[in-house]
Amino acid sequence: MRAHTYATWPALTTAVALTLTGCSGVGGSDGGNGGGADVLSAVWGDPQNPLEPANTNEVEGGKVLGMIFRGLKEYDPRTGKAENAVAQNITTEDSRTFTVTLKKGWKFSNGEPITAHSFVDAWNYGASLKNNQKNAYFFGYIEGYDKVHPDSGKQTADILSGLKVVNDQTFTIRLSQKFSTFPDTLGYVAFAPLPKAFFTDHAAWLKKPVGDGPYTIESYTKGSQMQLRKWDAYPGADKAQNAGVDLKVYTDNNTAYTDLLAGNLDLVDDVPAQQLTNVHKDLGDRYLNTPAGIIQTIAFPFYDKAWNTPGAAKVRKGLSMAINRAQITKTIFQNTRTPATDWTSPVLGASGGYKAGLCGAACAYNPTEAKKLIQEGGGIPGGQLKITYNADTGSHKEWVDAVCNSINNVVGNDKACVGSPVGTFADFRNLIGQDKMTGPFRAGWQMDYPLIQDFLQPLYYTDASSNDGKWSNKKFDRLVDQANAQTDPKKAVELFQQAEGVLRDDMGAIPLWYQNGSAGWSSRLSHVALDPFSVPVYNEIKVG
Amino acid sequence: MGRYLIRRLLQMIPVFIGATLLIFLMVNVLGDPVAGLCGDKACDPATAAQLRREFGLDKPVLEQYLTYMGHLFTGDFGTAFNGQKVIDLMSTAFPVTIRLTVVAIVFEIVLGLGLGVLTGLSRGRVLDTAILLLTLVVISIPTFVTGLVLQLLLGVKWNWISPSVSTQAPFSELIVPGLVLASVSLAYVTRLTRTSIAENRRSDYVRTAVAKGLPRRRIITRHLLRNSLIPVVTFIGTDIGALMGGAIVTERIFNIHGVGYQLYQGILRQNTQTVVGFVTVLVLVFLVANLLVDLLYAVLDPRIRYA
Repeated sequence: MRAHTYATWPALTTAVALTLTGCSGVGGSDGGNGGGADVLSAVWGDPQNPLEPANTNEVEGGKVLGMIFRGLKEYDPRTGKAENAVAQNITTEDSRTFTVTLKKGWKFSNGEPITAHSFVDAWNYGASLKNNQKNAYFFGYIEGYDKVHPDSGKQTADILSGLKVVNDQTFTIRLSQKFSTFPDTLGYVAFAPLPKAFFTDHAAWLKKPVGDGPYTIESYTKGSQMQLRKWDAYPGADKAQNAGVDLKVYTDNNTAYTDLLAGNLDLVDDVPAQQLTNVHKDLGDRYLNTPAGIIQTIAFPFYDKAWNTPGAAKVRKGLSMAINRAQITKTIFQNTRTPATDWTSPVLGASGGYKAGLCGAACAYNPTEAKKLIQEGGGIPGGQLKITYNADTGSHKEWVDAVCNSINNVVGNDKACVGSPVGTFADFRNLIGQDKMTGPFRAGWQMDYPLIQDFLQPLYYTDASSNDGKWSNKKFDRLVDQANAQTDPKKAVELFQQAEGVLRDDMGAIPLWYQNGSAGWSSRLSHVALDPFSVPVYNEIKVG
Repeated sequence: MGRYLIRRLLQMIPVFIGATLLIFLMVNVLGDPVAGLCGDKACDPATAAQLRREFGLDKPVLEQYLTYMGHLFTGDFGTAFNGQKVIDLMSTAFPVTIRLTVVAIVFEIVLGLGLGVLTGLSRGRVLDTAILLLTLVVISIPTFVTGLVLQLLLGVKWNWISPSVSTQAPFSELIVPGLVLASVSLAYVTRLTRTSIAENRRSDYVRTAVAKGLPRRRIITRHLLRNSLIPVVTFIGTDIGALMGGAIVTERIFNIHGVGYQLYQGILRQNTQTVVGFVTVLVLVFLVANLLVDLLYAVLDPRIRYA
């Protein structure tokens, strides 16, 4: 016994000494370049597109760009409010021409100073048709977009005429229409500045992207791992609270969850549905389930005459009232989704335009009234409701079947509603894109920026980019135009909510539920949070 | 022998062309891959049209196929949608899957043949019945169940292994996944060998060998096993191709970034170039493995000659 005690002492002292030197190493000048104790590992998926800011439209690529880039604005992880980051201020007098002044002293991690050119060149690159950037439409509000990115034919200009560099710290943006909340959209990663290296040696930049965010990329093995390290010279206020993040690509989020339980991984940001029943037992309070800026709806093909009648509006309202949202979210989604009572998302907050209960009785489960409305409206067009969904991802079958079941019970007919699966997501999008939907179909919307405008205009404005059902209403369009021209944000929100009321009265789409984001983490971590886009706020996480 | 080899190699050409054409058509039938590139939103029409033009998707399918084959013969497998060369994807994925397959095949040969000989020689005894029952259990349980249970027990509960395989995927980390991948085939190899051995044990040449007074060990390895191997070799040979392509489930469970994973992702994202490229190589592997099996027959049984 005695000998044993003695033997452990030296070992213990060494351990203490190691920890001490480790600490001082991190606290010192360079910090954490050896990997080490303060680096956390997090789940990742292979990005679908090359890691260019204007070309990344999915969450996995977005994780990286969010860590290595800061734009003019940044969304507060808690409130979703757009705060100035690189911008000193953005001013306008007419809601159409904006003057942007940059803060002094911002640099890219390769030492290049950030100037007005860094933004203007990046935006011109993103908007230009020849560069195939999938987020190009974000620049669509800027004047001259139709020249650099025409819907068909060749582009007749290379740069946006609406962007003008005044001096190194200042540039102006002129929009093609009034859009008062435009500056609040500028926190989206597509609007990030780009260093000269992006244009001069594109291939090398893609291998190891360089930005101006709190992290730099130390190494990147495509398809398997990316090591990000804290950038000590980062000029912003939101410096990284850990030494770095190792993003590991997982083939399956179940495996990632198992790895978390085994202690090989620190952070998962999507707890798989199969594990939801065990998650409290497995992780205790190291689990988070908060609303994300995602809403699921059922859209209708308004190009089909049968759905575009006053009677059909009644039917749609009746269908909405026939869906028992509370029961479905509880039994199928284990409360990781919340029944929707408007067409936006709780992450906007009341001041941002979210209004619980805006849908009112039309979104409340009421079997008798639902049956009455469907009958008054002339019954379901075609006699049977076929809800189309893609079967390859996202376990849509379960909830579509549940929704149909709910409707069938109300109508009292086992065949009134059936699910109609499409094999792949791409094929599903094809059918939508070619206006070939014959009945209602599932629709999901993940916001691009936390604004009520983003939940309404792209989806329901006449011929808008994501108006998949081709719903069109003059009154709605007029109200949205007025809201965009309104300089007072509070009044703008009110007008948007009035427009939402028009959408409700015609039931242009049935809101189903708001989706939550989830995360689970190891006992080493603290201060884990998800931002409104349900991406972990990596720079705030503390290790140990 | 030489002529036979040439004939077989020539036969491969139509099989190869037919197989790749079929895969190409099947992937194309799934629809326009560009539509799936923009998430739940519609791609803006101009960018979508430009992407289609760049990937050659606006041309007729047959023309696409011919261009693809043309590039293939110059060693160009095309580019995946995320901008990576398919050949780069292959150079990272195939070594991993080959290692996994080697582990699985070794398990099949060592364990499968060993157990097969053991049971074949002790037919009807307790040991034989026990192993037969065990193989039945293994065959009837789907691979993903075996995989997940082993992963949970060994990886999380007992902490013997890491539940996921690292990027480098060395042999030591692939032992359990390899065993899982091999499990069903292993059971089949055991059963095949057992039947074959049991049958040949009663044959004349074995009785002669016993009568000559040869040592038991020599009778089993030189006479009995060698003659019983032909059906087993056929099975293992064709299994090489099946294991390489069919590892999707195992690779997903253990986070192995191999061929199965790339194929799965390629199919989900409707990435024609990735899917066709990988399947083409798999078809080649299959064809070569089959040829080797046929040649091995002649080695095992000199009565089989190829003219």
